[in-house]
Amino acid sequence: MALLDVKDLSVRFDTPEGEIHAVNGVSFSLEKGETLGIVGESGSGKSQLNFALLGLLAKNGHTTGQALFDGKDLLSISERELNKIRANRIAMVFQDPMTSLNPYMRISDQMAEVLMLHKGLSKRAAITESVAMLDAVKIPDARNRVRLYPHEFSGGMRQRVMIAMSLLCHPEILIADEPTTALDVTVQAQIMELLAELQREFGMATILITHDLGVVAGFCERAIVMYGGRIMEEAPVDPLFETPTHPYTRGLLDAIPRVDEDQEALRAIPGNPPNMTGAPKGCPFAPRCALVDERCRVETPALMEFAEGRARACFRSIEEVAA
Amino acid sequence: MSRPLIEARDVRVTFDIHRPSDLPWTPPAQLHAVNGVSFTLEPGQTLGIVGESGCGKSTLARALIRMLPASGQVIWQDGTDLLTLSPRQMLKYRSEIQMIFQDPLASLNPRMTVGDIIAEPLRTHRPGMSAKERKDKVRAVMERVGLLPNQINRYPHEFSGGQCQRIGIARALVVEPKLLICDEPVSALDVSIQAQVIGLLEELRRDLGLTIIFIAHDLSVVKHLSDEVMVLYLGRMMEKASSDELFAEPRHPYTQALLSAVPIPDPKIEKTKQVIPLDGDLPSPMAPPKGCVFRTRCPKAQAICETVPADHLTGSHHTACHFAGETVSA
Repeated sequence: MALLDVKDLSVRFDTPEGEIHAVNGVSFSLEKGETLGIVGESGSGKSQLNFALLGLLAKNGHTTGQALFDGKDLLSISERELNKIRANRIAMVFQDPMTSLNPYMRISDQMAEVLMLHKGLSKRAAITESVAMLDAVKIPDARNRVRLYPHEFSGGMRQRVMIAMSLLCHPEILIADEPTTALDVTVQAQIMELLAELQREFGMATILITHDLGVVAGFCERAIVMYGGRIMEEAPVDPLFETPTHPYTRGLLDAIPRVDEDQEALRAIPGNPPNMTGAPKGCPFAPRCALVDERCRVETPALMEFAEGRARACFRSIEEVAA
Repeated sequence: MSRPLIEARDVRVTFDIHRPSDLPWTPPAQLHAVNGVSFTLEPGQTLGIVGESGCGKSTLARALIRMLPASGQVIWQDGTDLLTLSPRQMLKYRSEIQMIFQDPLASLNPRMTVGDIIAEPLRTHRPGMSAKERKDKVRAVMERVGLLPNQINRYPHEFSGGQCQRIGIARALVVEPKLLICDEPVSALDVSIQAQVIGLLEELRRDLGLTIIFIAHDLSVVKHLSDEVMVLYLGRMMEKASSDELFAEPRHPYTQALLSAVPIPDPKIEKTKQVIPLDGDLPSPMAPPKGCVFRTRCPKAQAICETVPADHLTGSHHTACHFAGETVSA
């Protein structure tokens, strides 16, 4: 049985401008110890999807569907039960390490709090454990630096602290939401390397949410490509990058400038990001798709499995997309 | 032979920093944000400036157009040193050099219509122009950058990030500058939109013969657009070469490390490639290492690096390293 099984999850927000359909009927599963990438551009719903799983949506957000974790539906259990799971069994690392750490608290106190709450450790034991975890994420001189405040660390070091904090309870699932987007490329390389190492060491399943296909290629076994709140394509990374079967995945890969290759011109995807207000109709990518026809605009293609572990949501044939 | 459009000679930007612990009469500490940068840029060429946060790339751009005080020389095509001009004299050159910024929405006044935003440089630099001429000009430039002229009365918040960046480009181009300085113009944009804006810049360069200084932290974007590339670290130039050469054969250990860290969207390459690790964090710019500023994190650093900063020149390929060209093993 899958560790996490998400079925037909939708997220909507009530706003004065109308209802925003951020996530529309997303289903996926996550196996034990697996690394899953969720890729998409801004507004694709990739972050809201994961916020919904942990009950972190803004007040005007509503969720429908199911997310089964260890036999419990994360979307319908009480706040009390959810609190036993959050940070303890499913932990999250956020994009901006400065705003997700409490600036008024020493690192030692912030980290110890997690262990005292979830594991019932004494403060002294919790701090010892925290120092060990800071060592594991390779923060030099952790014993002394655990007493510092967040602003005394660099961006990369802060993200290491965040990762250490998320791993304190040895979660079964780690959700990393754009963990390196705010960092420089050499620091990003360090952090991704660290995440890969910790993942091997602790064996937790990891969901990596990112807009960067390069990061997915290096870290994940499998990936989901989202657009306009829907899954466009799902596949193990090797075939996904080699033979994308959805026009959007193909378009994204063609639009990325490469540092390792000489390209003539980039092929941009024309048009603008989707407007998520109002009930969606047809394929969300249709307005920007080169292969669009009448059917795409009125009917929404379902995500269909066409080979072992590979699924796509598109009316056009795989051959047409590859051409 | 044509003269270079702009030539920077030993440009330095220094900030006086008062530390909280200073007494009122303590002389301020000095932070050298840009430290002795030189380049020449021929008309129609694109110079890419890359480096990580805090390397001084944006400061350099701002110094070139006198948004920040700098020392050294910035020689314009007509032989004038821009750094010696009075603000009034400088005004003439401001319409020749225009800039576009990173955050497309933040760099547009939310209370002005798109038409007014784009027309504003004309009001300043072409005061004699009639309202009718101005409007025609604005419409033409909007069309040129892929905006619909009927959007002229809309406000910035009604546009997406990519479209806002087009408005910023239109505002820069309306006075027909010779030099366009782009400070991280696509880093806030999604990949699919980023490619649109890069395509637009390429098209404008070709059609209008624009000279471009392109600042970015993303090496792949810089590679795509630049003829010549300069790599900065802690305010100093580490390497400068033609784009083809620099990316095919980086000679400075910092450039090599930087390139190896860029994620490649291909799992086969990405899962086997060797990243050259850089140890530790960026040193404080208040107290940069003596000698070569990169030596504290350099995998090749030797005793000599602590004393003399190096400058190697092979053809037109500058490398500030004693061990230029030797490959680093990861």
